[in-house]
Amino acid sequence: MALQTEEMVLNMGPQHPSTHGVLRLELILDGEVVVDVIPHLGYLHRCFEKHSESMTYPQVIPYTDRMDYLASMSNNLGYAIAVERMMNIEVPERVEYIRVIMAELQRIASHMVAVATNGLDIGAFTPFLYLFRDREKILSLFEMTCGARLLYNYIWIGGLSHDIHPDFLRLTKEFIEYYKPKIDEINDLLSFNKIFIERTANVGIIPLDSAISYGFTGPNLRASGLAFDLRREDPYSIYDRFDFDIPVGEGLQGTVGDSWDRYFVRILEMKESLKILEQAVDQVPDGNVKSAIPKRIKPPVGNIYSRTENPRGELGYFIISDGTLNPFRVKVRAPSFVSLSAMGELCKGHLVADVIAVLGSIDIVLGEVDR
Amino acid sequence: MKPVNEIFEILKKEFDSSIISSDDSCIITNPFMMDKIAWFLKKNEELSFDSLMCLSGVEEPKVKNSDKTDSLSVYYHLHSIKLKHKLTVKTIVPKSNPEVESVENIWKCAGWHEREAFDLLGIKFIHHPDMRRILLPDDWEGYPLRKDYKAPEFYNGMKVTD
Amino acid sequence: MYNFLVDILGNEIIVMIITASLPLFLFVIPFALVAVYAERKVSAHMQDRLGPMRVGYHGLLQTVADILKLFQKEDIVTEKADKSLFNIAPFLVFAGSYAAFAALPFSSIFIGTNTDIGLFYIIAISSLVVAGILMAGWASNNKYSLLGAMRSAAQIISYEIPTALVILSLVMFTGTLNLHTMSELQTSSFLNWNILGGSETGIIKIILIPFMLIGCLILFISTLAEVNRTPFDIPEAESELVAGFHTEYSGMKFAMFFLSEYANMFAVSAIITSVFFGGYQSPFGYLGDLAGIDWLVPIEQLFWFSAKGLFFVFVQMWLRWTLPRLRVDQLMTVCWKYLIPYSFVNLIIIGIITLL
Repeated sequence: MALQTEEMVLNMGPQHPSTHGVLRLELILDGEVVVDVIPHLGYLHRCFEKHSESMTYPQVIPYTDRMDYLASMSNNLGYAIAVERMMNIEVPERVEYIRVIMAELQRIASHMVAVATNGLDIGAFTPFLYLFRDREKILSLFEMTCGARLLYNYIWIGGLSHDIHPDFLRLTKEFIEYYKPKIDEINDLLSFNKIFIERTANVGIIPLDSAISYGFTGPNLRASGLAFDLRREDPYSIYDRFDFDIPVGEGLQGTVGDSWDRYFVRILEMKESLKILEQAVDQVPDGNVKSAIPKRIKPPVGNIYSRTENPRGELGYFIISDGTLNPFRVKVRAPSFVSLSAMGELCKGHLVADVIAVLGSIDIVLGEVDR
Repeated sequence: MKPVNEIFEILKKEFDSSIISSDDSCIITNPFMMDKIAWFLKKNEELSFDSLMCLSGVEEPKVKNSDKTDSLSVYYHLHSIKLKHKLTVKTIVPKSNPEVESVENIWKCAGWHEREAFDLLGIKFIHHPDMRRILLPDDWEGYPLRKDYKAPEFYNGMKVTD
Repeated sequence: MYNFLVDILGNEIIVMIITASLPLFLFVIPFALVAVYAERKVSAHMQDRLGPMRVGYHGLLQTVADILKLFQKEDIVTEKADKSLFNIAPFLVFAGSYAAFAALPFSSIFIGTNTDIGLFYIIAISSLVVAGILMAGWASNNKYSLLGAMRSAAQIISYEIPTALVILSLVMFTGTLNLHTMSELQTSSFLNWNILGGSETGIIKIILIPFMLIGCLILFISTLAEVNRTPFDIPEAESELVAGFHTEYSGMKFAMFFLSEYANMFAVSAIITSVFFGGYQSPFGYLGDLAGIDWLVPIEQLFWFSAKGLFFVFVQMWLRWTLPRLRVDQLMTVCWKYLIPYSFVNLIIIGIITLL
């Protein structure tokens, strides 16, 4: 006779140490085996889309900061590019280079948090602090540029809010040299740690076709084995001038598209970002960063869907203009929102402990999920 | 890369009157045929739009001096990773009874985008497996992104507006 | 000392209780205070930060301040909790881990109860902890606590098997369950420690060394799991189960779980020390013997015992701040598929060598 068992519902969150914010996961458990995961969102909903309808175009930028608060620069950049495309603004070379430097620094900082928290979820506390120590250095670079450490409001439509500090490029170079060996340190400490591999390899596998169907983008999609990067595929800004590789998941420790691949793609991407930074830092031309900022930002009637490669994936802005100073509708395609929708698929049949490992590996930011 | 008008011709041949019109940026379709059109867009060898970049619910801007009834619309931004081309499909529904066929079973990521459109604009997606509010509480009243939306004064006894 | 106390007090039972609980007051509480501080400092320096710096010189009084804070905290018992079990549980866990100290030989004259079944007693009494943990998890009426308690019970019971097997092989080798006698057998030099083949000589000693090393490693790993330390800290895996079985506890009851965790850390280190590393014996010989001061010897022994024990406590902390944690099924795999077979084989081989 089969033993009668009962399914248990475990509410993980909204107050929980590793749901990466205020996310509530309704776990349906059979013992410790996950039968289903139902995410409940909205605890951090701040009405970004409604707010932006009653604001002028430049006023929206500080709000974009607050969506993916670990990658504010990239959010600024995505929005600025969308509006610039609508208005056909050409930005000066200097601005383009500084934007690329900022976006890549931000990508490294964001991946640091992703890697660190993924390790922390699995119980590796020390790499977490090492990575945060290094992230502080990037934040200091941002701080000397625009005065803020987290929410920058730096990249404006047509330009930048400030020019960079005279020491900025020198310090960035120093940072690049400092950080290169640190990546190997993290590899020694975490990436190739036997226990870490045991915990993440062959866990939360998503094959390529369903990754595409679930709308995975960025590192998550690349971990499933497709070299798809908007910086190459749909070039924006001046990314076509730089030489960098697109790392993909190869299933080194398990299956292609498992948690370890998603983790390791981020490690490799940090190296690629350093490569881009090295090239960009040497080429920044002189110029005025504010010369192309229009006096009145009033895009023509129409709509645009513009996407950029955020650290977490494809950040899309769908902006409809009715020819006034305020956007008629701003819809954000948030990469975390889309990735999170695959949680149920990723976690089915695994153990409770794996839910945490998978959630950490898809790297969500709740500010962006809920907007 | 295929220009919009070519795709329009292919679709027109297949679906005839369900494809309503097209301009230089997007193709406008019949909301009740959306699932079949989406299936065709994904599976047709020439088109193979395997990824849905974004699905957005929008309230149609009012045109001055026209007696057109208020309507909502859904934008589907499609991208083919294989063939590297993009397409915008749009479908318009009346505001009084906004119903669109769900494309959740064609592109999985549409599931949550559709829930969001339902949540914020009240567009109902027919045959969606889980048509609940996603960002707002389940007992919230009204659809905030509609232009005529007025925020309630109280929600469950808590003051909402200042 | 025992006879001396009997002379003064006249009642053997009272003396027994006093001598058995003396280690607790003299050693365990100060140890826990130091260990908590050490853990924070060790982790801090491993992680490139400073750790507590404000309370006292380099934060020395931090744990004292924490204990004072915990004393003042409200003792919350959740409404739906099973109140009597909820209240008993921390005391049971506390008692289980502290009772083990009674049989530990801190020095040749300082042992709680010099019983002949010392090792057996320690293994048995520390199983009481499982009951306490299950009780805490069940009584909290919290799903995280329950999951943590179930994991903990499964883990502790499973890992007791390799622990017992390794200890058994050593009991066979030395022919005693008494920790005091076992320490006495490893006297005079570190070459006589069990890890280096004990008092055997010649070829047998050399053959024994690798198996003793394996035994020691198995014992270390499985005791690590028994005290729920990383990488086996899944019962209280912070990132999954918040705090595991003691999620709902606050104030002094929480402090009891906390202190018993640190007491346990030292207890298992002390067992490893006694069984493999000569217990309280000095590795070189005693200053007291050289100088002819008799009373110095036991003090030196206490020093060596604590030093060896604290070294293993340090290794436990070191591992905790280096390694991630295993998953519950992997934890069981490690135990049942690797540790138990290896310790069995080890047991047989050491048995055969002993017979030779």
